[in-house]
Amino acid sequence: MNGSSGPIVTLRAVTREYSGGVVALSDVNLDIENGELLAIVGPSGSGKSTMLNVMGTLDRPSSGQVVVDGFDLADLSDREVSALRAFRIGFVFQQFHLAPGTSALDNVADGLLYTGIGRKERRERAEAALQRVDLGHRLTHRPHELSGGEKQRTAIARAVVREPTLLLADEPTGALDSHSGEGVMRLLLDLNETGTTVVVITHERMVASSLPRQVTMLDGEVVDDRKMAVA
Amino acid sequence: MTTSPRPGKLSPIDILRLGGYALRARPLRVALSALGIAIGIAAMIAVVGISTSSRAELNRRLDALGTNLLTAGPGSNLFGEAATLPDESVAMIGRIGPVQTVTAIGNLPDAKVYRNDRIPAPQSGGIGAYAVRTNLLTTVGATLASGTWLNEATIEYPAVVLGSRTAQRLGLGAANEDTQIWLGGRWFTVIGILDPVPLVPRLDLGALIGWPAGQRYLNFDGAISSLYIRTDPDAVEAVRGVLARTANPGRPNEVEVSRPSEALAAAAAVDTAFTGLLLGLGAVALLVGGIGVANTMVISVLERRSEIGLRRSLGATRGHIRIQFLGEALLLSVLGGGTGIVLGTGVTAVYATLQAWPTVVPAWAIVGGITATLIIGGVAGLYPAIRAARVAPTEALAAA
Repeated sequence: MNGSSGPIVTLRAVTREYSGGVVALSDVNLDIENGELLAIVGPSGSGKSTMLNVMGTLDRPSSGQVVVDGFDLADLSDREVSALRAFRIGFVFQQFHLAPGTSALDNVADGLLYTGIGRKERRERAEAALQRVDLGHRLTHRPHELSGGEKQRTAIARAVVREPTLLLADEPTGALDSHSGEGVMRLLLDLNETGTTVVVITHERMVASSLPRQVTMLDGEVVDDRKMAVA
Repeated sequence: MTTSPRPGKLSPIDILRLGGYALRARPLRVALSALGIAIGIAAMIAVVGISTSSRAELNRRLDALGTNLLTAGPGSNLFGEAATLPDESVAMIGRIGPVQTVTAIGNLPDAKVYRNDRIPAPQSGGIGAYAVRTNLLTTVGATLASGTWLNEATIEYPAVVLGSRTAQRLGLGAANEDTQIWLGGRWFTVIGILDPVPLVPRLDLGALIGWPAGQRYLNFDGAISSLYIRTDPDAVEAVRGVLARTANPGRPNEVEVSRPSEALAAAAAVDTAFTGLLLGLGAVALLVGGIGVANTMVISVLERRSEIGLRRSLGATRGHIRIQFLGEALLLSVLGGGTGIVLGTGVTAVYATLQAWPTVVPAWAIVGGITATLIIGGVAGLYPAIRAARVAPTEALAAA
């Protein structure tokens, strides 16, 4: 269902300048259609992470327009932006960011903590999400009892438990061996199959080339944006 | 365009749970910073508890002794000479309506008391001899440790009842008819020994003989040195008001009236200043404990930037982050405060039990302890919580 129902992210002339004059994004224009699966590639320092933060509403641009899921960020307060993240956007980080000493189930259930859903339902949905990433047998395990791939799958379960329309993955395979990395990528592809828009940030050309669209960045600018013909 | 998204609310249970997770992750640090609060609260609860228990003990004793005992004694006249009470004063006071009993004692200043006739005269031991009437025992609420009290017969004869300290000084453990002491230059048989008399401590170091016996054997002139009056408990002040004029209508200013139970209460009140000092120390400990909690929370915010970033990415608003850290600080100090209340109550219970006092920890002290704990937790947690909420999500995630 690629590219079916209008853009989910629109960036118009987006510039992000940090104090000290570092320009992380410079006049970026980008449209991401609902249901797309794309990679943002580029060397470190090229502005990929800033791009992901801006798309994920964690950061606001210095200038330019960002529209996510129909909402212009400039019109939303911090509270509303937070709520937008809680209901529409899922994040997956290279370093997993799982709470130590807390079971996989509760880590995933925390993905719903800020949606106002009751604890019982949060845990039920968390269990379903862990089943979906093939970790149904690891519910009570704590992060230190899980392998790297399992940790990342737990983190993905936490991101998808609230059924976001947009899933942003920042170097999801960066801390994993190639076998676990493949498993994680396959999982992201499966999620995209069910309709979630997935954006993967990576510096690995191999990972990027397996995805249907690749946006290449260099020094804060989009230098290449190519869509593969579906094989 | 659709309506703006609205953030969900965190339930109090979720806030508690978040705080619990965070505290469990760093048990030693949590225990140490809670300890500061615990010591402060425990000190304050123990100080309040111990002083309340001692007051409860005093009240219990006063209840047992009765606060309705009055004494009247001759003061001094206008020329500073010792005054006397007229003989009729006993009968006149007895006619005041609410007076239940009245009794007189007389000093025998020349009658020294010795264990036997071979003790050198200067070693009189400070024991006072008094001429008393049979109703003294019930009027002052005294009890006998051994032997019997003076009765209508023995009051006429050389028989003596010793105060508790007198018996100690003379080395007498119990009274029996073979025991005699050398009193005022002749032998007196010890027929009884009193328990301590808290309301009239002078009797403890006294040797009590019958009023008529004093007149017969020791040239007692019959002058009244003190009157003891038991009144209706509801009319103590009224009786006290008329006592001087009744005892000596001609010279009421020469009569000194007092209420022994007040002296006991006043002695207990001296402790208040000390209690205040200890409470102050407790408050300082509490303040230091609060600073400890604030410090722990500030460090916690610095260490947990990535957690804050993650939570923001999961959709937490600044308010959610603020309440999480505030809740954590409150939980931390309540943990300390709860421990402190238990500790303080325990210290009070142990101390009171050792002193054979009733254990009393007033409810207001416990409520106050909890309130103080909450205020300290709130104040100590506010600044770190605000700092946590200000952390930019991107910066926090990058820090990991």
